[in-house]
Amino acid sequence: MDKLEQPVLLKKGAEANLYLTSWHGKKAVIKSRKQKKYRPEALDMQIRSYRTAHEAQLLHQAKISGVKTPLVYMVNVAEASIIMEYIQGVQVKQYINTVSKGERERICLKIGQLIGKLHRENLIHGDLTTSNMILDEQGTNFLVDFGLGEKNVELEAKGVDLHLLKRALQSTHFTFWEECFKAILSGYSSILGDKFTEKVYEKTREIERRGRYVEERRQ
Amino acid sequence: MVNTQKTLLTDDMYCLGIESTADDFGVGIARSNGEILANAIESYVPLEGGIHPREAARHHAEVANKTFLQALTIAKIKPKDITAIAFSMGPGLGPCLRTGATVARTLAAYLQIPLIGVNHSIAHIEIGKLETGVTDPVTLYASGGNTMVTAFESKRYRVFGETLDIALGNCLDVFGRQVGLKSQKGLPLGAAIEQLALRGKALIKLPYVVKGMDLSLSGLLTSAVTQFQRGKYSLEDVCYSLQEHAFSMVTEVTERALAHTEKSEMLLTGGVAANKRLQVMLNAVAEEHGAKFNVVPKKFATDNGAMIAWTGILAYRHGIVTPIDESYVKLRWRVDRADVPWIN
Repeated sequence: MDKLEQPVLLKKGAEANLYLTSWHGKKAVIKSRKQKKYRPEALDMQIRSYRTAHEAQLLHQAKISGVKTPLVYMVNVAEASIIMEYIQGVQVKQYINTVSKGERERICLKIGQLIGKLHRENLIHGDLTTSNMILDEQGTNFLVDFGLGEKNVELEAKGVDLHLLKRALQSTHFTFWEECFKAILSGYSSILGDKFTEKVYEKTREIERRGRYVEERRQ
Repeated sequence: MVNTQKTLLTDDMYCLGIESTADDFGVGIARSNGEILANAIESYVPLEGGIHPREAARHHAEVANKTFLQALTIAKIKPKDITAIAFSMGPGLGPCLRTGATVARTLAAYLQIPLIGVNHSIAHIEIGKLETGVTDPVTLYASGGNTMVTAFESKRYRVFGETLDIALGNCLDVFGRQVGLKSQKGLPLGAAIEQLALRGKALIKLPYVVKGMDLSLSGLLTSAVTQFQRGKYSLEDVCYSLQEHAFSMVTEVTERALAHTEKSEMLLTGGVAANKRLQVMLNAVAEEHGAKFNVVPKKFATDNGAMIAWTGILAYRHGIVTPIDESYVKLRWRVDRADVPWIN
């Protein structure tokens, strides 16, 4: 076995730090969920280990559903860390800001299909944002960051998943979020059908109406 | 809302602001140099239960005149000195908003001065910026009616995370009522819960629901009430566990927004801002990200007229005037739907 090189900090996230390392000669990423001093230790440990274990399982199940995710090399629940494949590429968040309308639409259609594949297997990503989507050098779209995900058969969970993505698009890509979301829905329905898509999206709208200060909510 | 002129640069102006979104009726007076000259407030205290919108509105109508005169007295100005009238146009409770709007329209028409409809949530942020000196913060606004994380991005305050159901203050308030806590001196029940929580020791397992950058508190509320009713845990322990769970959730969401936007300031406002435990948690997160943590002073953190007056000045100076026939209240006016031309 290769000796692990000294890990290099790639990204300091809100929840976890990502380090670049090597695993049997391959570039790998250590995702380490940091201890959060602000919450009680017991609660913190419970949240971090739960999310770590879940993320590893979901990364695997997502692959079976036909969605590309990084390969999981090792999971350490006690330390709340995962070693996984390093995906060389660019975040969709940056990519779609630089490309033409047509390319944006193509990417969003593809994203919709990926979410459709996950949902077909009742896999909920839980934090769909364009920063959690990576395009590798061959243009393959990887989904990462399943820490808030779950396996859930309820329509509600799928509705929330779409709602979160919509919200993420609205706050990050406010100038063209609508066309993106439209393309995503049409990709989604190419996997799950128009009828089911309408059902899920109606749920999304219901979830949004539940929120406070939504204009479309009856007054 | 219409832009009548590009920029109105009145050298010195006084704006009178009327706040009436929920249980508080406030009249504040701000000056264009940032001075807050008056911040008079009258609160409706329900005999039992939560805020009854119609009862609250009736209270506001009763105290409006008194509060208005009080504000003028404190500010030592006369009605003719006022340059413009600002009012909370939304979001909030319909009957309460309409009462404040009626008072505002009447004053503007009588004094023949401009009327300015102000977004209540934005006013919370703007008074926070004025009072603490921050310029571009990630703001957690947590009150009885709102729980949201916002930050300015490209022309608007964007909502990065918010509650999917009930607000944080509402969660604490309803819990307090359900377990039989009594309000003291008009303080919200959250204050009583905070005190009890200090003596709590056991951390009970409760739902922790963060969905992306959003959170849900209704399940936590139900579960906390149930845990107490089962009688297995002391009220102190349940209060402690409720606070730890709820505050950890909002803190996590705020941290995500901070990491995402990479801003260097954090601002806490709204009624729940008074809670020391929440302040400690957020401060820890801000420190970790090298950001400066700020809390809005209590009298400006809860609903008040001064914040409306100050935001009125900002808006008026950038040409925002609300014609009386367009001054309908907007019950569900989101922050991300309001123009903020004073920020660039």
